[in-house]
Amino acid sequence: MNKEHNKAKKFGMVIDLDKCTGCGSCMVACMAENNVPFKADETNKLDSITWMRVYKLTNGKSFPDADFCYLPRPCMHCEGEHGHSPCVSVCPATATDYSHETGIVSQIYTRCFGCRYCMAACPYHARYFNWWDPVWPEGMEKSLNPNVSVRMRGIVEKCSFCYHRYQLAKEKAYYEDRREIEEQEYQTACTQACPAGAITFGDLNNPEHAVHELKKNPNAFRLLERLGTNPKVYYISSREWVRLAGDNYLRQEGKSEKN
Amino acid sequence: MKVSRRTFLSIGSFIVGGAAGTALSPLPWKLTDDLSIWTQNWPWTPKPERGDVSYVNSVCTLCPGGCGLSVRKVNDRAVKIEGMKGHPVNDGGICILGLSGLQLLYGPTRVKTPLKRVGERGQGKFKKISWDEALAEAAEKLGALRAEGKSHTVACISGSAGGTVPQLLKRLLTAYGSPNFMSVPTMQDAYAVTLKQMHGIDACPGFDVENADFVLSFGSGIIEGWGSPVRMFKANSAWQDKKIKVVQIESNKSNTAAKAAKWIPARPGSEGVLALGIAHVMLRDGLYKKEACDGAAGFEDFKKWVADNYAPENIAAATGIQKETVESLAKEFAAAASPIALCGRGQGRTPGSQYEFMAVHALNMLAGNINKAGGVQIIPEPKYIAWTEPELDEIAQKGTASPRIDGAGSETYPHAKSLLNRLPQAILTAEGASPVQALLISEANPCYTLSDTQAVKKAFAKIPFVVSFSSYMDESAQNADIILPNHACLERLEDVPTFAGLSKPVIGLSKPVIKPQFDTKHTGDAVIALAKALGDKIAAAFPWESYEACLKETLGDKWEILNEKCFVAAEENIEAPLQFFTQECKTVSAEGDEKQYPFVLMPYDSIRLANGFIGNTPFLTKTVPDTVLKKNEMLVAVNPKSACGDSLSLKEGRSVMLTTPKGSAKVRVHLSEEIMPGVIAVPRGLGHTAYDKYLAGKGVNCNELIGPAEDAGSGLDAVWGIRAKLSNVSI
Repeated sequence: MNKEHNKAKKFGMVIDLDKCTGCGSCMVACMAENNVPFKADETNKLDSITWMRVYKLTNGKSFPDADFCYLPRPCMHCEGEHGHSPCVSVCPATATDYSHETGIVSQIYTRCFGCRYCMAACPYHARYFNWWDPVWPEGMEKSLNPNVSVRMRGIVEKCSFCYHRYQLAKEKAYYEDRREIEEQEYQTACTQACPAGAITFGDLNNPEHAVHELKKNPNAFRLLERLGTNPKVYYISSREWVRLAGDNYLRQEGKSEKN
Repeated sequence: MKVSRRTFLSIGSFIVGGAAGTALSPLPWKLTDDLSIWTQNWPWTPKPERGDVSYVNSVCTLCPGGCGLSVRKVNDRAVKIEGMKGHPVNDGGICILGLSGLQLLYGPTRVKTPLKRVGERGQGKFKKISWDEALAEAAEKLGALRAEGKSHTVACISGSAGGTVPQLLKRLLTAYGSPNFMSVPTMQDAYAVTLKQMHGIDACPGFDVENADFVLSFGSGIIEGWGSPVRMFKANSAWQDKKIKVVQIESNKSNTAAKAAKWIPARPGSEGVLALGIAHVMLRDGLYKKEACDGAAGFEDFKKWVADNYAPENIAAATGIQKETVESLAKEFAAAASPIALCGRGQGRTPGSQYEFMAVHALNMLAGNINKAGGVQIIPEPKYIAWTEPELDEIAQKGTASPRIDGAGSETYPHAKSLLNRLPQAILTAEGASPVQALLISEANPCYTLSDTQAVKKAFAKIPFVVSFSSYMDESAQNADIILPNHACLERLEDVPTFAGLSKPVIGLSKPVIKPQFDTKHTGDAVIALAKALGDKIAAAFPWESYEACLKETLGDKWEILNEKCFVAAEENIEAPLQFFTQECKTVSAEGDEKQYPFVLMPYDSIRLANGFIGNTPFLTKTVPDTVLKKNEMLVAVNPKSACGDSLSLKEGRSVMLTTPKGSAKVRVHLSEEIMPGVIAVPRGLGHTAYDKYLAGKGVNCNELIGPAEDAGSGLDAVWGIRAKLSNVSI
């Protein structure tokens, strides 16, 4: 077998925060693609399931020096060290796993029994628990996507980098007698929908993919890098305070050791 | 029985050993796994059916943006809306509302059959009736009014004026004998009056933002949903790539202001003055395009007028902006190769002050960017609907000759085509019977979107007969007597002329993606059926067999290409001579006494809150931050440094009473440094009373708190805020 064909992929994302307008299209594109449920009241954000969530960062200054920046947060698909991402390490059911073939952290709903260790372990709050059975108003279940199974009460779910789209793209490629898929054949729903073109998705290992170069931007950073989670989502911001906010330190941190 | 130590230990070790053995065996894990699999196969969890996947192209009609859609279908179900690649408006991009469009299509708020009111108005009690009954009843009511010589008392409110469906409604009114066709006014109307006054022509504005190299925005929510939203998002990203400077003039730090290279927090309502201050510097220092302006009608007078009245040092008090800032802004604007100035507050849903629009347009004229790349394009109104004039009988001739109820086109408001904002007052102040005896509403929700909702509802109560064509049970449909539900977006065929500030407008074709889900009827067909039922010359004015036949005939040779591509280019630019002005139009100030009401309330637009006739979908409401909506309570943003009197202290999340001269509401406070001290920022798009549990009863409709402010120049609604106060909630 030709080794070139089996080269490990590392799918990742580069999000340009200078372009992100905070419009929330990525959130809704994700919900529509992945059959994410909704309730009449979604204002308790702790139990509001959003695989992709747009956060608003502020610089803490007073009017008129106040500034803010939106930050979309999918699952970071942490690689950790050799695939030891925080959530994968703690799952007792092997319901979540790190794929060395794609770099995607999976979530297998039928294996999950809802212990929520992974939610406690995830430093990005990217995982959500189904406290209730999902209910769609009569007729609206017609809009459900058959490529993603509907989750039920008692299990954890999270962003999958639209893995089903990867599977579909691979199926198509094999059908057409190709071993590799093109960059554009596999794109996540949020990337595809973003009206500002702020999200770029692709194989971080593949020099032909746009993300390969973008992640080297001097203004690129990742969230909480010091934790060693080795995330695969990169952000770009020309504003220094935004880059600093990506690794938020406690005010007293680091000082106590010296004292 | 005595348990010996030996028995105890042997039994004990048997139990412990057994437990350890079981734990080490796969049994408990297998059982846990089986249990979780079992619970995940409960029959009430829907299992979406698999099937053949196809994509159908169409055009979105949920906002005036006119984006191309590519809808993924599985068998006969639409499962995902995506942006159409290669469409000139959005090229694959799509906004948050469009993405969640299937929740409207399949949602619980659809009106599923024709309905007739049985309870009191507004109670929402309806009974199902057949289409024949519904149309016959509407035709009978309209026929009776006409027979009484009251044809001119029938009015129609349409969401837009362009396109064949609004034009069929207008034609129905004309043939029937009424001049009162009204469309919901937006900034496009204010721009139309501006172009009429400053170029002397009937035209629509186009903004070539893609080719501009300096953008000066007077409060336009470039990334809040202004113009065609996706197109503006794309332009904003292109500006970031090309390092093109955007200057946002707006009192609060909106998303647009946060993305702009420079944010100038001018006092609310002073944008027009600031524009003329910039014009002053350009004229004084000779920074304007002389070849474009010198010799133009009224230019010398304008020059003198601006020189006398708008020196930067003289306007500093009104705008709160330093002289130096105005000077440098004017120089930067003038020095750019293709600068452009934009106006229309927020999403531009309210027309705005004529003075402001004319002042900003004057900057474009001084910069010489009219009909130039990167500038303002002057585009003729769409002409593809070229039906022969309907033949009018005696009643129709008399009826259409009577004056319009809203006063549009009269001596006082010569340039306005329709003034919907004036309708409620016209009804409420009329002596005796309401001047509107029957009202048709299509693709509009005036009971929610018009300023001073209370007055609108009171006026509605005086109209004896209201017909709604709404696909959804919105506030206006709830207040109707008969509902003739239209097919929803993605179920119907319709032409979508898209201007929305595009530099190259297009005519789109919204094609049905799925079959109608319920017993609905295309409004075009309903209008034709009504005309046929009214008979004689009214029927003769509608010679088409069906709406589809009418559309096919209207589009002529465009039909085939539209069917294939979903869009064709609209008209080319027209020549526009410049006409300057000197008349002092009054600035529109916030209603209310400053002493009694220390704050200024300003509604703000967010792309995550649909605030037009389409209400928020469940997905959209889910994305609304908890600093805007918490449970069913709305939060208003206030700067913590705002002075609010001794009796009240501002605290995050605190419940307060928000009172304006128009009304009051209980809200919570969100402290924000992005808001100018003294301003209360209120989200637009909440406070629905109709629709479903995912939207109704959440927050307050800001239109209930602000009143219309009629612009002295155009007569259009120019309200941007109102004075307000915050007080403790009485227990």
